[in-house]
Amino acid sequence: MLNIALPKGRLGEKVYAMFAKAGFECPALMENSRKLIFDNEAAGVRYFWVKPSDVAIYVERGAADIGVAGKDILLEYRPDVYELLDLNVGKCRMAVAAPAGFRDDMNRTLRVATKFSRIARDYYTSIGRDIDIIHLNGSIEIAPILGLSDVIVDIVETGTTLRENNLSVIEEIVPISARLIANKAGFKFRTEQIEKLTEGLRKEVQEA
Amino acid sequence: MMIDDRVMNRQERISFRLRSLYSEYGYERYRMSKFEEYDLYSRNKDFLFSEGVITFTDTTGKLMALKPDVTLSIVKNRKDTPGMLQKLYYHENVYRVSAAADGFREQTQVGLECMGEVDGACIAEVLKLAAESLKLCSPKFVLEISHLGILNAFVDAIAPDGAVKREILRCAGQKNLHGISRVCREHGLAEGADKALQALLGLYGTPRTVMPKIRELAAEYGAEEMAACLGQAVAGFTGTELESHILIDFSATGDLQYYNGIAFKGFIEGIPGSVLSGGQYDALMKKMGRKDRAIGFAVFLDMLERLTEEEDSRA
Repeated sequence: MLNIALPKGRLGEKVYAMFAKAGFECPALMENSRKLIFDNEAAGVRYFWVKPSDVAIYVERGAADIGVAGKDILLEYRPDVYELLDLNVGKCRMAVAAPAGFRDDMNRTLRVATKFSRIARDYYTSIGRDIDIIHLNGSIEIAPILGLSDVIVDIVETGTTLRENNLSVIEEIVPISARLIANKAGFKFRTEQIEKLTEGLRKEVQEA
Repeated sequence: MMIDDRVMNRQERISFRLRSLYSEYGYERYRMSKFEEYDLYSRNKDFLFSEGVITFTDTTGKLMALKPDVTLSIVKNRKDTPGMLQKLYYHENVYRVSAAADGFREQTQVGLECMGEVDGACIAEVLKLAAESLKLCSPKFVLEISHLGILNAFVDAIAPDGAVKREILRCAGQKNLHGISRVCREHGLAEGADKALQALLGLYGTPRTVMPKIRELAAEYGAEEMAACLGQAVAGFTGTELESHILIDFSATGDLQYYNGIAFKGFIEGIPGSVLSGGQYDALMKKMGRKDRAIGFAVFLDMLERLTEEEDSRA
Protein backbone atom coordinates (compact mmCIF):
# COMPACT_ATOMS: atom_id res chain seq x y z
CA MET A 1 0.00 0.00 0.00
CA LEU A 2 1.40 3.39 -1.05
CA ASN A 3 0.72 6.04 1.60
CA ILE A 4 0.20 9.50 0.13
CA ALA A 5 -0.07 12.75 2.14
CA LEU A 6 -1.93 15.51 0.37
CA PRO A 7 -2.27 19.13 1.49
CA LYS A 8 -5.79 19.96 2.64
CA GLY A 9 -7.53 22.58 0.51
CA ARG A 10 -7.84 23.64 -3.12
CA LEU A 11 -4.27 22.70 -4.05
CA GLY A 12 -4.73 19.21 -2.61
CA GLU A 13 -7.92 18.67 -4.63
CA LYS A 14 -6.19 19.83 -7.81
CA VAL A 15 -3.23 17.54 -7.14
CA TYR A 16 -5.50 14.58 -6.35
CA ALA A 17 -7.11 15.01 -9.79
CA MET A 18 -3.61 14.63 -11.29
CA PHE A 19 -2.92 11.52 -9.20
CA ALA A 20 -6.27 9.98 -10.22
CA LYS A 21 -5.53 10.65 -13.90
CA ALA A 22 -2.17 8.92 -13.44
CA GLY A 23 -4.04 5.76 -12.35
CA PHE A 24 -4.02 6.22 -8.56
CA GLU A 25 -7.71 6.85 -8.00
CA CYS A 26 -9.58 6.87 -4.70
CA PRO A 27 -13.09 8.23 -5.42
CA ALA A 28 -14.08 8.33 -1.72
CA LEU A 29 -11.55 11.11 -1.24
CA MET A 30 -13.73 13.68 -2.98
CA GLU A 31 -16.91 12.79 -1.09
CA ASN A 32 -18.01 15.36 1.44
CA SER A 33 -17.01 13.94 4.76
CA ARG A 34 -14.92 14.72 7.79
CA LYS A 35 -12.77 11.68 7.25
CA LEU A 36 -9.09 12.32 6.75
CA ILE A 37 -7.86 8.88 5.62
CA PHE A 38 -9.08 7.08 2.50
CA ASP A 39 -8.07 3.67 1.12
CA ASN A 40 -8.41 2.15 -2.31
CA GLU A 41 -7.03 -1.34 -1.88
CA ALA A 42 -7.57 -2.22 -5.54
CA ALA A 43 -5.32 0.66 -6.63
CA GLY A 44 -2.94 0.01 -3.71
CA VAL A 45 -3.15 3.54 -2.32
CA ARG A 46 -4.06 5.22 0.93
CA TYR A 47 -4.51 8.99 0.87
CA PHE A 48 -4.65 11.31 3.83
CA TRP A 49 -5.33 15.02 4.09
CA VAL A 50 -2.95 16.93 6.30
CA LYS A 51 -2.13 20.57 6.98
CA PRO A 52 -0.02 21.76 3.99
CA SER A 53 2.94 22.72 6.16
CA ASP A 54 2.91 19.24 7.78
CA VAL A 55 3.11 17.17 4.58
CA ALA A 56 6.93 17.19 4.58
CA ILE A 57 6.99 15.96 8.20
CA TYR A 58 4.70 13.01 7.40
CA VAL A 59 6.92 12.10 4.46
CA GLU A 60 10.28 12.62 6.18
CA ARG A 61 9.16 10.52 9.17
CA GLY A 62 7.85 7.76 6.91
CA ALA A 63 4.15 7.96 7.83
CA ALA A 64 3.66 8.76 4.14
CA ASP A 65 5.75 7.31 1.32
CA ILE A 66 5.08 10.31 -0.87
CA GLY A 67 3.36 13.66 -0.60
CA VAL A 68 2.91 17.06 -2.17
CA ALA A 69 4.51 20.06 -0.52
CA GLY A 70 5.18 23.65 -1.56
CA LYS A 71 8.76 24.58 -2.40
CA ASP A 72 8.49 27.27 0.32
CA ILE A 73 8.10 24.54 2.97
CA LEU A 74 10.99 22.51 1.52
CA LEU A 75 13.29 25.55 1.53
CA GLU A 76 12.28 26.62 5.03
CA TYR A 77 12.37 23.27 6.85
CA ARG A 78 14.83 21.34 4.59
CA PRO A 79 13.35 17.91 5.23
CA ASP A 80 15.58 14.96 4.26
CA VAL A 81 13.38 13.72 1.41
CA TYR A 82 13.59 13.18 -2.35
CA GLU A 83 12.09 15.94 -4.49
CA LEU A 84 10.95 13.96 -7.50
CA LEU A 85 8.92 16.37 -9.60
CA ASP A 86 7.86 19.99 -9.98
CA LEU A 87 4.10 19.64 -10.42
CA ASN A 88 3.87 23.16 -11.83
CA VAL A 89 0.70 23.92 -9.86
CA GLY A 90 0.16 26.16 -6.85
CA LYS A 91 2.55 28.61 -8.48
CA CYS A 92 3.52 31.76 -6.62
CA ARG A 93 6.72 33.48 -5.56
CA MET A 94 8.65 34.19 -2.38
CA ALA A 95 9.29 37.93 -2.36
CA VAL A 96 10.37 40.93 -0.32
CA ALA A 97 7.62 43.53 -0.06
CA ALA A 98 7.76 47.02 1.38
CA PRO A 99 5.48 50.05 1.86
CA ALA A 100 5.28 52.52 -1.03
CA GLY A 101 8.27 54.86 -1.04
CA PHE A 102 10.48 52.51 1.00
CA ARG A 103 14.23 53.10 0.67
CA ASP A 104 16.69 50.76 2.32
CA ASP A 105 18.85 52.72 4.76
CA MET A 106 22.17 50.82 4.70
CA ASN A 107 23.25 52.51 7.95
CA ARG A 108 20.64 50.58 9.87
CA THR A 109 19.90 46.92 10.40
CA LEU A 110 16.96 45.98 8.19
CA ARG A 111 13.98 44.68 10.16
CA VAL A 112 12.31 41.81 8.30
CA ALA A 113 8.99 40.30 9.36
CA THR A 114 8.32 36.82 8.03
CA LYS A 115 6.96 33.35 8.57
CA PHE A 116 9.94 32.03 6.59
CA SER A 117 12.93 32.92 8.78
CA ARG A 118 15.42 30.57 7.12
CA ILE A 119 14.56 31.65 3.57
CA ALA A 120 14.81 35.33 4.60
CA ARG A 121 18.11 34.76 6.43
CA ASP A 122 19.62 32.82 3.50
CA TYR A 123 18.53 35.48 1.02
CA TYR A 124 19.92 38.44 2.96
CA THR A 125 23.14 36.53 3.79
CA SER A 126 23.60 35.93 0.05
CA ILE A 127 23.52 39.68 -0.58
CA GLY A 128 25.51 40.57 2.55
CA ARG A 129 22.76 42.60 4.25
CA ASP A 130 22.56 42.69 8.03
CA ILE A 131 19.00 41.98 9.18
CA ASP A 132 16.87 41.58 12.27
CA ILE A 133 14.33 38.76 11.76
CA ILE A 134 10.92 39.16 13.34
CA HIS A 135 9.25 35.77 13.16
CA LEU A 136 5.46 36.02 12.84
CA ASN A 137 2.89 33.30 12.24
CA GLY A 138 0.32 35.28 10.24
CA SER A 139 -0.93 38.73 9.12
CA ILE A 140 2.63 39.52 8.10
CA GLU A 141 1.41 42.43 5.92
CA ILE A 142 0.53 44.60 8.89
CA ALA A 143 4.06 44.50 10.37
CA PRO A 144 5.43 47.43 8.29
CA ILE A 145 2.19 49.42 8.72
CA LEU A 146 2.53 49.23 12.51
CA GLY A 147 6.25 49.98 12.41
CA LEU A 148 7.16 46.49 13.60
CA SER A 149 9.34 45.87 10.55
CA ASP A 150 10.76 47.71 7.52
CA VAL A 151 9.93 44.99 4.99
CA ILE A 152 8.31 41.58 4.87
CA VAL A 153 9.34 38.32 3.21
CA ASP A 154 6.28 36.34 2.23
CA ILE A 155 4.53 34.30 -0.45
CA VAL A 156 2.91 36.43 -3.13
CA GLU A 157 0.30 34.90 -5.40
CA THR A 158 -1.70 37.68 -7.06
CA GLY A 159 -0.43 40.60 -5.00
CA THR A 160 -3.96 41.68 -4.01
CA THR A 161 -3.35 41.45 -0.24
CA LEU A 162 -0.14 43.42 -0.62
CA ARG A 163 -1.87 46.17 -2.64
CA GLU A 164 -4.71 46.41 -0.14
CA ASN A 165 -2.14 47.03 2.59
CA ASN A 166 -0.19 49.59 0.55
CA LEU A 167 2.74 47.21 0.00
CA SER A 168 4.50 46.21 -3.20
CA VAL A 169 7.09 43.63 -4.20
CA ILE A 170 10.60 45.12 -4.29
CA GLU A 171 12.56 41.89 -4.82
CA GLU A 172 11.70 38.37 -5.89
CA ILE A 173 13.60 35.68 -3.99
CA VAL A 174 12.49 32.41 -5.54
CA PRO A 175 9.57 31.01 -7.57
CA ILE A 176 7.40 28.56 -5.64
CA SER A 177 5.26 25.64 -6.82
CA ALA A 178 4.03 22.29 -5.52
CA ARG A 179 6.57 19.44 -5.53
CA LEU A 180 6.15 15.68 -5.38
CA ILE A 181 8.32 14.46 -2.50
CA ALA A 182 9.19 10.94 -1.34
CA ASN A 183 10.54 9.36 1.82
CA LYS A 184 14.07 8.09 1.09
CA ALA A 185 13.54 4.65 2.61
CA GLY A 186 9.99 4.29 1.29
CA PHE A 187 11.30 4.97 -2.21
CA LYS A 188 13.63 1.95 -1.98
CA PHE A 189 10.87 -0.48 -1.07
CA ARG A 190 8.06 0.87 -3.27
CA THR A 191 10.16 2.01 -6.22
CA GLU A 192 7.98 0.58 -8.97
CA GLN A 193 4.76 2.18 -7.73
CA ILE A 194 6.42 5.53 -7.03
CA GLU A 195 8.16 5.60 -10.41
CA LYS A 196 4.90 4.70 -12.19
CA LEU A 197 3.11 7.54 -10.41
CA THR A 198 5.97 9.99 -11.05
CA GLU A 199 6.03 9.15 -14.76
CA GLY A 200 2.24 9.54 -15.03
CA LEU A 201 2.41 12.92 -13.33
CA ARG A 202 5.42 13.99 -15.43
CA LYS A 203 3.40 13.36 -18.61
CA GLU A 204 0.51 15.43 -17.26
CA VAL A 205 2.84 18.30 -16.36
CA GLN A 206 4.40 18.22 -19.83
CA GLU A 207 1.01 18.13 -21.56
CA ALA A 208 -0.47 20.96 -19.46
CA MET B 1 28.04 -19.07 32.26
CA MET B 2 25.93 -18.59 29.11
CA ILE B 3 24.07 -15.30 28.89
CA ASP B 4 20.36 -15.59 28.20
CA ASP B 5 19.86 -13.14 25.30
CA ARG B 6 16.19 -12.67 26.25
CA VAL B 7 17.38 -10.25 28.92
CA MET B 8 18.78 -7.99 26.20
CA ASN B 9 16.81 -5.43 24.27
CA ARG B 10 16.79 -5.47 20.46
CA GLN B 11 19.68 -3.02 19.99
CA GLU B 12 21.84 -4.93 22.46
CA ARG B 13 21.17 -8.24 20.67
CA ILE B 14 21.95 -6.69 17.28
CA SER B 15 25.10 -4.98 18.55
CA PHE B 16 26.49 -8.32 19.81
CA ARG B 17 25.62 -10.02 16.50
CA LEU B 18 27.40 -7.23 14.59
CA ARG B 19 30.48 -7.34 16.80
CA SER B 20 30.64 -11.09 16.40
CA LEU B 21 30.35 -10.72 12.59
CA TYR B 22 33.18 -8.17 12.42
CA SER B 23 35.41 -10.30 14.69
CA GLU B 24 34.87 -13.30 12.39
CA TYR B 25 36.28 -11.21 9.53
CA GLY B 26 39.40 -10.29 11.51
CA TYR B 27 38.40 -6.84 12.75
CA GLU B 28 39.77 -5.83 16.14
CA ARG B 29 37.81 -3.92 18.75
CA TYR B 30 38.89 -0.28 19.03
CA ARG B 31 38.07 1.50 22.27
CA MET B 32 38.29 5.20 22.83
CA SER B 33 37.63 7.84 25.41
CA LYS B 34 34.27 9.58 25.57
CA PHE B 35 36.12 12.89 25.33
CA GLU B 36 38.24 14.50 22.66
CA GLU B 37 39.84 17.93 22.33
CA TYR B 38 37.30 20.30 20.81
CA ASP B 39 39.87 21.56 18.30
CA LEU B 40 39.53 18.32 16.29
CA TYR B 41 35.87 19.08 15.58
CA SER B 42 36.26 22.81 15.05
CA ARG B 43 38.72 22.01 12.22
CA ASN B 44 36.43 19.43 10.62
CA LYS B 45 32.95 20.84 11.22
CA ASP B 46 31.55 19.81 7.84
CA PHE B 47 32.48 16.16 8.47
CA LEU B 48 30.11 15.99 11.43
CA PHE B 49 26.55 14.74 11.01
CA SER B 50 25.15 17.73 12.86
CA GLU B 51 26.29 21.12 13.99
CA GLY B 52 26.82 21.60 17.69
CA VAL B 53 29.16 19.83 20.07
CA ILE B 54 28.88 19.50 23.87
CA THR B 55 32.01 21.14 25.28
CA PHE B 56 33.53 21.54 28.72
CA THR B 57 36.81 22.68 30.22
CA ASP B 58 38.84 19.88 31.77
CA THR B 59 40.95 20.08 34.93
CA THR B 60 43.97 21.39 32.96
CA GLY B 61 41.97 24.15 31.32
CA LYS B 62 41.72 22.45 27.89
CA LEU B 63 38.50 22.82 25.95
CA MET B 64 37.16 19.29 25.52
CA ALA B 65 34.14 17.81 23.77
CA LEU B 66 31.89 14.81 24.22
CA LYS B 67 32.55 12.84 21.00
CA PRO B 68 30.06 13.70 18.25
CA ASP B 69 31.84 11.32 15.87
CA VAL B 70 33.99 8.19 16.02
CA THR B 71 35.89 8.18 12.70
CA LEU B 72 37.68 11.48 13.34
CA SER B 73 39.04 10.18 16.66
CA ILE B 74 40.28 6.94 15.11
CA VAL B 75 42.01 8.81 12.26
CA LYS B 76 43.58 11.25 14.70
CA ASN B 77 44.79 8.66 17.19
CA ARG B 78 46.35 6.07 14.93
CA LYS B 79 49.43 6.27 12.72
CA ASP B 80 49.88 5.37 9.05
CA THR B 81 50.67 1.70 8.44
CA PRO B 82 52.47 1.62 5.06
CA GLY B 83 51.96 -1.64 3.20
CA MET B 84 49.49 -2.94 5.78
CA LEU B 85 45.76 -2.99 6.33
CA GLN B 86 44.35 -2.21 9.74
CA LYS B 87 40.85 -3.53 10.40
CA LEU B 88 38.99 -2.09 13.39
CA TYR B 89 35.48 -2.14 14.73
CA TYR B 90 33.89 -0.10 17.49
CA HIS B 91 30.77 0.14 19.61
CA GLU B 92 30.50 3.68 20.92
CA ASN B 93 28.11 6.37 21.97
CA VAL B 94 28.20 9.74 20.23
CA TYR B 95 26.57 13.02 21.24
CA ARG B 96 24.85 14.94 18.47
CA VAL B 97 22.25 17.58 17.94
CA SER B 98 19.06 15.87 16.89
CA ALA B 99 16.45 17.90 15.04
CA ALA B 100 13.84 15.43 16.27
CA ALA B 101 14.80 15.92 19.92
CA ASP B 102 15.34 19.66 19.41
CA GLY B 103 18.58 19.31 21.36
CA PHE B 104 21.47 16.97 22.04
CA ARG B 105 20.97 13.23 22.03
CA GLU B 106 23.17 10.29 22.93
CA GLN B 107 23.29 7.84 20.01
CA THR B 108 24.83 4.39 19.83
CA GLN B 109 26.84 3.28 16.84
CA VAL B 110 28.51 0.04 15.88
CA GLY B 111 30.82 0.36 12.93
CA LEU B 112 34.07 -0.57 11.33
CA GLU B 113 37.02 1.15 9.68
CA CYS B 114 39.65 -0.22 7.30
CA MET B 115 42.81 1.88 7.03
CA GLY B 116 46.06 1.43 5.13
CA GLU B 117 46.39 -0.46 1.84
CA VAL B 118 42.71 -0.29 0.94
CA ASP B 119 42.34 -2.13 -2.39
CA GLY B 120 39.43 -3.46 -4.41
CA ALA B 121 39.17 -6.63 -2.35
CA CYS B 122 39.01 -4.61 0.87
CA ILE B 123 36.27 -2.34 -0.54
CA ALA B 124 34.29 -5.40 -1.66
CA GLU B 125 34.65 -6.95 1.82
CA VAL B 126 33.43 -3.78 3.53
CA LEU B 127 30.41 -3.62 1.21
CA LYS B 128 29.67 -7.28 1.92
CA LEU B 129 29.88 -6.63 5.67
CA ALA B 130 27.59 -3.60 5.29
CA ALA B 131 25.02 -5.81 3.53
CA GLU B 132 25.45 -8.61 6.11
CA SER B 133 25.03 -6.04 8.92
CA LEU B 134 21.71 -4.91 7.45
CA LYS B 135 20.61 -8.53 7.02
CA LEU B 136 21.30 -9.14 10.70
CA CYS B 137 18.92 -6.27 11.54
CA SER B 138 16.10 -7.25 9.16
CA PRO B 139 15.54 -9.43 6.08
CA LYS B 140 13.92 -6.47 4.30
CA PHE B 141 16.86 -4.25 3.56
CA VAL B 142 18.49 -2.33 0.75
CA LEU B 143 22.12 -1.27 0.44
CA GLU B 144 22.45 1.56 -2.06
CA ILE B 145 25.88 2.18 -3.49
CA SER B 146 27.28 5.13 -5.37
CA HIS B 147 30.68 6.33 -6.59
CA LEU B 148 31.40 9.93 -5.69
CA GLY B 149 34.30 10.16 -8.15
CA ILE B 150 31.98 9.36 -11.06
CA LEU B 151 29.33 11.77 -9.82
CA ASN B 152 31.99 14.45 -9.32
CA ALA B 153 33.32 13.99 -12.86
CA PHE B 154 29.84 14.52 -14.31
CA VAL B 155 29.14 17.57 -12.11
CA ASP B 156 32.58 19.05 -12.86
CA ALA B 157 31.76 18.94 -16.55
CA ILE B 158 28.87 21.33 -15.82
CA ALA B 159 30.23 23.50 -13.00
CA PRO B 160 33.78 22.76 -11.77
CA ASP B 161 33.51 24.55 -8.43
CA GLY B 162 31.78 27.01 -6.18
CA ALA B 163 28.18 27.59 -5.23
CA VAL B 164 26.71 26.22 -8.48
CA LYS B 165 28.47 22.89 -7.98
CA ARG B 166 27.28 22.68 -4.37
CA GLU B 167 23.73 23.44 -5.46
CA ILE B 168 23.84 20.77 -8.19
CA LEU B 169 25.24 18.18 -5.74
CA ARG B 170 22.51 19.06 -3.24
CA CYS B 171 19.85 18.52 -5.94
CA ALA B 172 21.54 15.22 -6.90
CA GLY B 173 21.17 14.00 -3.31
CA GLN B 174 17.44 14.75 -3.49
CA LYS B 175 16.87 13.13 -6.91
CA ASN B 176 15.81 16.63 -7.87
CA LEU B 177 16.42 16.53 -11.63
CA HIS B 178 14.18 19.53 -12.36
CA GLY B 179 16.21 21.47 -9.77
CA ILE B 180 19.45 20.67 -11.65
CA SER B 181 17.90 21.96 -14.89
CA ARG B 182 16.77 25.13 -13.09
CA VAL B 183 20.25 25.75 -11.62
CA CYS B 184 21.80 25.32 -15.09
CA ARG B 185 19.25 27.68 -16.67
CA GLU B 186 19.65 30.33 -13.97
CA HIS B 187 23.44 30.32 -14.35
CA GLY B 188 23.37 30.59 -18.12
CA LEU B 189 24.85 27.15 -18.77
CA ALA B 190 24.43 25.73 -22.27
CA GLU B 191 21.13 24.00 -23.06
CA GLY B 192 21.51 20.28 -22.40
CA ALA B 193 24.71 20.73 -20.34
CA ASP B 194 23.18 18.56 -17.64
CA LYS B 195 21.90 15.82 -19.97
CA ALA B 196 24.57 13.26 -19.07
CA LEU B 197 24.29 13.99 -15.32
CA GLN B 198 20.51 13.58 -15.54
CA ALA B 199 21.04 10.25 -17.31
CA LEU B 200 23.48 9.11 -14.59
CA LEU B 201 21.11 10.08 -11.78
CA GLY B 202 18.22 8.43 -13.63
CA LEU B 203 20.05 5.09 -13.47
CA TYR B 204 18.73 3.26 -10.48
CA GLY B 205 18.72 -0.47 -10.00
CA THR B 206 20.66 -3.63 -9.33
CA PRO B 207 24.30 -3.70 -10.50
CA ARG B 208 23.43 -6.28 -13.15
CA THR B 209 20.87 -3.93 -14.75
CA VAL B 210 22.67 -0.58 -14.51
CA MET B 211 26.44 -1.29 -14.65
CA PRO B 212 26.62 -1.66 -18.47
CA LYS B 213 25.01 1.78 -18.92
CA ILE B 214 27.24 3.32 -16.23
CA ARG B 215 30.37 2.03 -18.01
CA GLU B 216 29.08 3.50 -21.27
CA LEU B 217 28.31 6.92 -19.74
CA ALA B 218 31.52 7.03 -17.68
CA ALA B 219 33.64 6.43 -20.78
CA GLU B 220 32.40 9.76 -22.20
CA TYR B 221 33.73 11.60 -19.13
CA GLY B 222 37.07 9.84 -18.71
CA ALA B 223 35.72 8.01 -15.68
CA GLU B 224 36.20 4.46 -17.01
CA GLU B 225 38.61 3.52 -14.21
CA MET B 226 36.18 4.66 -11.54
CA ALA B 227 33.34 2.76 -13.25
CA ALA B 228 35.59 -0.32 -13.27
CA CYS B 229 36.28 0.20 -9.55
CA LEU B 230 32.52 0.41 -8.86
CA GLY B 231 31.94 -2.70 -10.98
CA GLN B 232 34.64 -4.59 -9.07
CA ALA B 233 33.23 -3.46 -5.72
CA VAL B 234 29.78 -4.86 -6.45
CA ALA B 235 30.84 -7.91 -8.50
CA GLY B 236 31.09 -10.04 -5.36
CA PHE B 237 27.32 -9.84 -4.88
CA THR B 238 26.55 -11.45 -8.25
CA GLY B 239 24.75 -14.74 -7.81
CA THR B 240 24.58 -14.43 -4.01
CA GLU B 241 21.44 -14.15 -1.89
CA LEU B 242 22.43 -10.54 -1.19
CA GLU B 243 22.32 -9.50 -4.86
CA SER B 244 18.65 -8.48 -4.99
CA HIS B 245 19.21 -6.16 -2.00
CA ILE B 246 21.98 -4.16 -3.68
CA LEU B 247 21.08 -1.05 -5.64
CA ILE B 248 23.27 1.43 -7.44
CA ASP B 249 22.02 4.95 -6.90
CA PHE B 250 24.07 8.08 -7.49
CA SER B 251 21.84 10.11 -5.16
CA ALA B 252 23.82 8.56 -2.26
CA THR B 253 26.18 11.52 -1.96
CA GLY B 254 28.65 12.82 0.62
CA ASP B 255 30.78 15.87 1.28
CA LEU B 256 33.57 15.77 -1.34
CA GLN B 257 35.94 17.56 1.06
CA TYR B 258 36.10 14.31 3.04
CA TYR B 259 34.67 11.49 0.96
CA ASN B 260 35.69 10.07 -2.40
CA GLY B 261 35.09 6.87 -4.33
CA ILE B 262 32.52 4.38 -3.07
CA ALA B 263 29.74 5.75 -0.83
CA PHE B 264 26.80 3.78 0.49
CA LYS B 265 23.72 3.90 2.68
CA GLY B 266 21.57 1.16 4.15
CA PHE B 267 17.80 1.15 4.58
CA ILE B 268 15.41 -1.21 6.34
CA GLU B 269 11.71 -1.39 5.54
CA GLY B 270 9.67 0.37 8.20
CA ILE B 271 12.46 2.73 9.29
CA PRO B 272 12.16 6.16 7.66
CA GLY B 273 15.85 7.10 7.35
CA SER B 274 19.15 5.38 6.61
CA VAL B 275 20.30 3.00 9.35
CA LEU B 276 23.79 2.58 7.94
CA SER B 277 26.10 5.03 6.26
CA GLY B 278 29.64 4.71 4.97
CA GLY B 279 32.18 5.10 2.25
CA GLN B 280 35.78 5.78 1.32
CA TYR B 281 37.28 8.81 3.03
CA ASP B 282 40.78 9.14 1.60
CA ALA B 283 40.18 12.89 1.33
CA LEU B 284 39.69 13.17 5.12
CA MET B 285 42.86 11.10 5.70
CA LYS B 286 44.81 13.46 3.44
CA LYS B 287 43.34 16.51 5.15
CA MET B 288 44.55 15.11 8.48
CA GLY B 289 48.05 14.47 7.15
CA ARG B 290 47.70 10.71 6.63
CA LYS B 291 48.94 8.84 3.58
CA ASP B 292 46.79 5.76 4.20
CA ARG B 293 43.55 5.17 2.37
CA ALA B 294 40.40 4.39 4.34
CA ILE B 295 36.85 3.06 4.15
CA GLY B 296 34.30 2.38 6.86
CA PHE B 297 30.67 2.51 7.91
CA ALA B 298 28.49 2.90 10.97
CA VAL B 299 25.20 1.27 11.92
CA PHE B 300 22.92 3.61 13.86
CA LEU B 301 21.49 1.32 16.52
CA ASP B 302 18.97 3.85 17.84
CA MET B 303 17.20 3.82 14.49
CA LEU B 304 16.41 0.15 15.04
CA GLU B 305 14.01 0.95 17.90
CA ARG B 306 11.30 1.22 15.26
CA LEU B 307 11.66 -2.38 14.07
CA THR B 308 8.65 -4.44 15.02
CA GLU B 309 9.15 -7.60 17.07
CA GLU B 310 8.01 -9.62 14.04
CA GLU B 311 10.70 -8.08 11.83
CA ASP B 312 13.26 -8.58 14.56
CA SER B 313 12.50 -12.27 14.99
CA ARG B 314 12.81 -12.86 11.26
CA ALA B 315 16.33 -11.42 11.22
